[in-house]
Amino acid sequence: MEDDVFDVIVVGGGVAGCVTAYQLARAGRSVALLERAATPGSKNLSGGVFYCRVMDQVFPGFVEEAPVERRITRNCVSLLNESSGVTVDYWDARLAEPVNAVSVLRGRLDAWLAEQCEAVGVAVLPGVRVDALLRDADQVVGVRADEEELRGRVVILADGVNSFLAREAGLRAKEPPKHLAVGIKSVIGLPAQRLEERFGLAQGEGVAYAVVGDCTQGVAGGGFLYTNADSVSVGVVLRLDDLAASGRTASDIHDHFLDHPAISRQLAGGTPLEYGCHLTIEAGPQAVRQDLTAPGLLVVGDAAGFTLNTGFTIRGMDLAAASGMAAARAANAALDAGDLSQRSMDRYRAELAATFAGRDMRTYAHAPAFFENRLLYRDVGLLAADVMHGVYSLDTSPRSHLRDVARHAVAGSHVGWRRLAGLVFAAVRSL
Amino acid sequence: MDDLGNLAERLARNSYLVDEAQPHIQVDQEAVRRTGAGPLLVRICPAHVYSQGVDGRIEVAWAGCLECGTCLAVAPEGTLTWHYPRGGFGVGYRYG
Repeated sequence: MEDDVFDVIVVGGGVAGCVTAYQLARAGRSVALLERAATPGSKNLSGGVFYCRVMDQVFPGFVEEAPVERRITRNCVSLLNESSGVTVDYWDARLAEPVNAVSVLRGRLDAWLAEQCEAVGVAVLPGVRVDALLRDADQVVGVRADEEELRGRVVILADGVNSFLAREAGLRAKEPPKHLAVGIKSVIGLPAQRLEERFGLAQGEGVAYAVVGDCTQGVAGGGFLYTNADSVSVGVVLRLDDLAASGRTASDIHDHFLDHPAISRQLAGGTPLEYGCHLTIEAGPQAVRQDLTAPGLLVVGDAAGFTLNTGFTIRGMDLAAASGMAAARAANAALDAGDLSQRSMDRYRAELAATFAGRDMRTYAHAPAFFENRLLYRDVGLLAADVMHGVYSLDTSPRSHLRDVARHAVAGSHVGWRRLAGLVFAAVRSL
Repeated sequence: MDDLGNLAERLARNSYLVDEAQPHIQVDQEAVRRTGAGPLLVRICPAHVYSQGVDGRIEVAWAGCLECGTCLAVAPEGTLTWHYPRGGFGVGYRYG
C-alpha cells in the first residue's frame, strides 16, 4: 500500500464481500473490508439453505471448518392449504457425500468469514457505514464514511439488497415493489435430539421445506422452514406489490404460517429466540442484466441482484460467493494491467458469464414471470389435495382410475384444463 | 407455534444500540396525509415501527427498526427519509 491507498475497498461483510476480500488478499492485494455492523454478521439474515459446494474453492474443507448448522439431506416442497397439504419429500444419502447444502445462521457464519479475511491480511473495519463514493471525474477512487475518506484503486460494492451506493453510482434504479419481497423469519430453539427425532434426521443432518399456498394467505411468495443444529428457522417471503395490495399486515402473515397446524406441530415446545426480516430480490435475472461495473467499481452479491427462486431451490449465498470470486479475478487482472477504465472493469462480465452463477441467472431468466401466476398461491394446492383425496378417501363408492380422479378434480376446480396446461408448460420451460 | 410473544417482546430479544442523537427515519407528515400512505406503512413494516394516531399523524418507533428497507420500497416518493443507522448503531442479530 502506498500513500494510504488500498488496492481494493470492499463495502459490506456478507458472503459476497468476504469471499471477494479473501480472494484478493490471497492474491497479494491490500484490501479493506468495511462493515456497518459493530460485529461482522450481526446485520445479516438469510432465509434459505446454503448450497455450499462453491465454498470449497475458496475455503477447502469449508463444511468441516466453518460454523455450519446441519447438512441438508432431505428437501421437501409443500403445497399447503388451510386444512390439507401435499408434499414432495426427497431424501438422498448422495446429498451428504459430498455435502451439497448446509443450514447456516449468518451471525455465526459471517463472523467466521470475516475472521478468515483478517487471517490473510484484510483490514476488517466494522462499525463503518459508507455514506458515499469518492470520484475523480468518472473514476471511483474511494469511499467516504462519517466525514473520513478512504482511498482505493478499486471499490467493490457488496452492501446488500438495498445498495444505496449502487444507486448513487447510477448502476441501479430504485427497484419497483414487484421486484422485491420481504422475508420475515423466526428462529425457534429446540434441543438437537428432539429436533432429530421430530424430523426423522440422522445426527448432524437436516431438512429444508419450501412451502407455497395458504401459508401466505394468498399473497405471492411462500413459506420456508429448515433445521439448524438446535433450532428451526421458519418464516414467509412476501412479494411487496402483492403484500401492499392485499391489505394484510406483514407480521400477521408470518404468525398465521407459524400457527398453521402443519407448521405449529413441528415447532411445539420450542423457544422463540429471534424475530427478524430482510428484503430479497425476486427479479434477480433482470437485475443482474443491469450495469454491474463503472470505472474503478464492481457490484457483487445481493447488491447486484444475485438471487434465484427456482421453485425448489431458493438461492443467494452460493451466487454471492461465485460473483465475489468473479469480481476478485476481474479486479486482480485490472490491477495487474494498471487499467481501471470501464473497459477493463467490464472483464467482470466475462468472468461472470464463465461461472455457474452467470449461467444460472440466464437459465432461470423466466422464473420470476412464472411466479407471477396467481394460481400457485391457492388453487394449485387445493387441486392437488382434491386429487389425493380422490385417491385416498375410500367412501365405499366404487373406485375410478387415477386419470378419472384427476379429471374429476380439475373439472371441480377453478383452475380448468387450459390454465393448468399453461401452468405446467410454463413450469417446464422456465424452472 | 403456541407463544411467539407480541412484537415488543420479540424485538426485545434482539440487541440494539440506539443512536439517540440521530434518528435514521423521518416522515414527512404532510406528504403522508396527501398520499394516504399511513395505513400502508403501519401494516407493511414487520417490526411495527409505524403507528398512526387519531389525528392521522405517523409516529415512528425507529429504535426497533430491523433495517430491512421494506417501508422505503413501498412508500410514495417524498414521504420517507430513510437511511441505515450510523456505523455500529441499530439492530444486532444474534442468530441471523
